[in-house]
Amino acid sequence: MSEHHIRDLFDLAAAVPDGAKLAVPADYSGVAMAATRALIRRGVRHLHLVCVPVSGLQAEMLIGAGAVKVIESSAVTLGEYGPAPRFVEAVRYGKITLKDATCPAIHAALQAAAKGLPFMPLRGILGSDLLAHRPDWRVIENPFEAGDPIVALPAIRPDIALFHAPLADREGNVFIGRRRELMTMAHAARRTFVTVEEISETSLFDDERLAAGVIPALYVSAVVRAKSGAWPLGLWNAYEADDAFLRRYATLAKTDEGFAQVLARWLDEPAMAAE
Amino acid sequence: MNDAPLSEVATRQEFLISTIAGLIAGCGHVAVGSASPIPGSAALLARARSGGAMRVSVLGSLRNNFFTDGGVELFDCAAQGRVDAFFLGGGQIDGEGNINLVGTGAYPSMEVRWPGSFGSAYLYFLVPRVILFREEHTRRVLVEKVDFVSAPGKSDPGVYRPGGPHALLTNLALFDFDRGRHRFRLRSVHPGHSVEEVLDNTGFTFERPQKVPQTPSPDPETLALIRGSVRDEIAEVYPRFAAAAFAPRG
Repeated sequence: MSEHHIRDLFDLAAAVPDGAKLAVPADYSGVAMAATRALIRRGVRHLHLVCVPVSGLQAEMLIGAGAVKVIESSAVTLGEYGPAPRFVEAVRYGKITLKDATCPAIHAALQAAAKGLPFMPLRGILGSDLLAHRPDWRVIENPFEAGDPIVALPAIRPDIALFHAPLADREGNVFIGRRRELMTMAHAARRTFVTVEEISETSLFDDERLAAGVIPALYVSAVVRAKSGAWPLGLWNAYEADDAFLRRYATLAKTDEGFAQVLARWLDEPAMAAE
Repeated sequence: MNDAPLSEVATRQEFLISTIAGLIAGCGHVAVGSASPIPGSAALLARARSGGAMRVSVLGSLRNNFFTDGGVELFDCAAQGRVDAFFLGGGQIDGEGNINLVGTGAYPSMEVRWPGSFGSAYLYFLVPRVILFREEHTRRVLVEKVDFVSAPGKSDPGVYRPGGPHALLTNLALFDFDRGRHRFRLRSVHPGHSVEEVLDNTGFTFERPQKVPQTPSPDPETLALIRGSVRDEIAEVYPRFAAAAFAPRG
């Protein structure tokens, strides 16, 4: 862990500069929603959001709050709760720049960065309009076999990876279990900020069964404790998403006024429903 | 059929679950992506009938997801040829099997914007049996040509493509996809619907046999499975769906 001055969500939000290329995970991985609240409170602007490989409420609220300039994602949706209304509205009126992707392309481009490679080839994609609208994606010939076109994706090197996990220790080792995309994000990003439910007083490397699912502190810049830090989203094996909040959000956020109302309430709400 | 007791009549969702399960019977590994409660239920049903031979991975599930290498593993697994069947939807699907998950109108500031392409632009190329599934069967959805190609139904010669469309299921009918001719062929029409209704509501041309059979309804044993273990298992990932889609237990 390298940034010991980051002790709480306020410090963490202050350490994310405007315009940062910020990588965030899908809802099932562990989304740092408490940190997202802190970011919106601090008025972060012009983020280049990289969704690994999709996003939901987090991207939606950041977009609604006017914090996003560019979004690179394979999808933005509230899942069972329907379309992401602020995302849809921002697309309609050209308020954000879209880099529409496909899930494995985002994974592969992060893996390229994790390997220190300039690009990664990937199957599929050829003949799609995704490719037509991504001038940064190129079609090359397989150098080992003539007549085999393949898409080359430039590496994605996020400035910051930000996610929420159940457990870390005092050194900054973070338990992510089998959410290995979080490991790839941490390997690929210049800095990684993690919020956690709990901090263990003993090293996570003391237990070999835990160690296999641990991001070593080498890749982690800062860990901040945030109880129920994924709320109103859920955290695997810990708590479910807040159904009442998400229903209310999906209805209210259809209008500017409704979104402003739900956002203001969310920013002010100190209590965490999941506690 | 209308006189039968409630427990013997399949709900619309139960009918679709049963039909999809028939399309993936015999597969070794069936994967289910996001926002797919009906395909997810169908995969769990097919697995229950396979006597343990079929593997199923449901994205977002803790209990029915054996992947341990993160979000990339499904895609790597497909590229290795280890995924036999997958499901894709589409805000628009056209007669050549192109699918559009992005929106309508001119990209990027589209009139209607949908979530996005997810893994379609990749899995459509690599999974041998891709089932296209969209409940709404209208000319709005089944169009002559999609506004945006998230994933193409066919590829130029030389493009590496072991996968592609296998069938298309809607609320009205079931089509097969002919990969040689890049066209749909009507296989059957669901009970209570007609070929004329399918023709009226489909924006692309398709082939059809002279006499079009009816899509079979689930038998009582299948319905019992759907309303039992399948409902319980899918509720883990799609609680709202599980609460609404099934008939009361018999």
